[in-house]
Amino acid sequence: MKGVIKKISSDPLGLIGLCLVTLMVISALGAPIFAPYDPIQLNIMERLQGPSVNHLLGTDQLGRDLFSRVLFGGQVALKVAFLTIGLALIVGIVLGLIAGYGPAWLDNSIMLLFDTIRSVPTIMLALAAVTVVGPSITTVIFVVAVSSIPNYGRIVRTQTLTIKSKDFVKAEKLMGASLLRILSIHLLPNILGPLLILASMDIPTVIALEAGLSFLGMGVKPPTPSWGSILNDGFSLIRNTPWPIIAGSIPLVLATLGFTFLGESLRDLLDPKLRKLL
Amino acid sequence: MTLMFFMIHLVPGDPARIMLGPRATPEMIADISMRMGLDQPLVIQLMKFLGNILKGDLGVDVLSSRPVTEIVFGQLPYTLWLIFSAIFGAMLIGIPLGCYSALHRNTFADRVTGVISVACITAPSFVVALYSLLIFAVTLKWFPAIGAGEKGDFFDQATHLVLPAFAIGISWVGYLSRLVRASMLEVLGENHIRTARAYGLTEFTIVYRYALKIAILPTVTVIGVGMGFLISAAVLTEVVFARPGLGKLIIESITTRNYPVVMGSVFISTGLFVISTTISDLVNASLDPRIRDNL
Repeated sequence: MKGVIKKISSDPLGLIGLCLVTLMVISALGAPIFAPYDPIQLNIMERLQGPSVNHLLGTDQLGRDLFSRVLFGGQVALKVAFLTIGLALIVGIVLGLIAGYGPAWLDNSIMLLFDTIRSVPTIMLALAAVTVVGPSITTVIFVVAVSSIPNYGRIVRTQTLTIKSKDFVKAEKLMGASLLRILSIHLLPNILGPLLILASMDIPTVIALEAGLSFLGMGVKPPTPSWGSILNDGFSLIRNTPWPIIAGSIPLVLATLGFTFLGESLRDLLDPKLRKLL
Repeated sequence: MTLMFFMIHLVPGDPARIMLGPRATPEMIADISMRMGLDQPLVIQLMKFLGNILKGDLGVDVLSSRPVTEIVFGQLPYTLWLIFSAIFGAMLIGIPLGCYSALHRNTFADRVTGVISVACITAPSFVVALYSLLIFAVTLKWFPAIGAGEKGDFFDQATHLVLPAFAIGISWVGYLSRLVRASMLEVLGENHIRTARAYGLTEFTIVYRYALKIAILPTVTVIGVGMGFLISAAVLTEVVFARPGLGKLIIESITTRNYPVVMGSVFISTGLFVISTTISDLVNASLDPRIRDNL
């Protein structure tokens, strides 16, 4: 682990990425400590202010401190990103292993399912789900997870197919190893590396999607602060003040940039062959 | 589509009741249920629904009683124009940029283009849209902020298209330039390019007439597959610029709980995605003799 961090730091972009991601994680986790105000406390007297010593990023139309909202918004972004990708990874691995190792009919039906999911643009799927069950963080997490399952599942399947016919797996089978043992001890560790890199490169996409959906009012419910909902507030006030838009977009852009740089340098470091694939 | 059908119907609660809100009377609910065919058994509803789709009928808008197909296809051209101008602009800038980067590999200019490309790719399109609205429309007033322009006035429509297309296209500039750079580097190392060099052809002819022809192939696939992202970006951008189109239609129908229109729009955009993937495969085949012969 120490070696990985050291190597990433030697690549300037990787270092920037690492710093940005660390900054984001610390500020999100420490939001209750760092935030000078309650992110949902109204203060109509001080509404629509520009940045000042009291309010570092100004206030929104209800007088809420934007800096505090941005910090707490980071919590939402991180939560959505990690839960979504974790969920998609687990389901993707299971389905991918089944498809790659199981009988042909099962493989075909799982691939059909993957293709079906992939043929619907994520935002459209999300909007359709929101129409039915209403906007909430859970809906966002669930939908984005479902739409990213095929990405992971396909890679797991391909890798499983390749490794399945290797001699060491055949030998293990002859020695009478159980299916579970073959899958978990021999196949999984060989697949996990590229999968984790892919997952880390998906984090910015998920963060941007959450922000996009919250911006449309289809993500987190007010008054919960999210970068997307801050941007939405800013959008409705665009002719009065630019500050909410600036406040909402800076962390969003920095976070996506940070995770992208980090993911790319991680990929180059751990598995340069993937460069062409991803 | 069947999946969506079940999603809407298996969720607890009567769709008609949700649509009309808490103050609906039982008579109103019964009326809407009948108009949507909700009073029939689920299997029959599904069969009817799928059958109608095959006939090209996506149902009727419950609020205005106009056919959904008419509404969706009325909005579709706006979205298509937006997407095509975005991707066209991105190709116009991104491909030469990628060639330049590949030819000046590992120079300072190449590194800078690389970093800017990544930054462009990661910037969420609606954030770019908000900033371009803020800077070019609200502050500088160079371009109009909302709408799609007067019908029939080409210039007016074009100026309305600039900012939204920029917002969607910018990430593709980065993406395409990186893609072209990578495939160009690969192609330039191949034997036929060395032969062309040996013949003493100019660098320009080699790069743009011989190498680019091959280096551009992955781009075609990526654009076809990327249609889904383009549609997603278009939805958000249309909302920011209050521009008519599929995205705005779908958001409006969600707020008014107009299920048939939501389903119709999702169906059409999914169809668009599938069609574009197919077209890109065909274009790829016609450009690449190796694939053409396998078909």
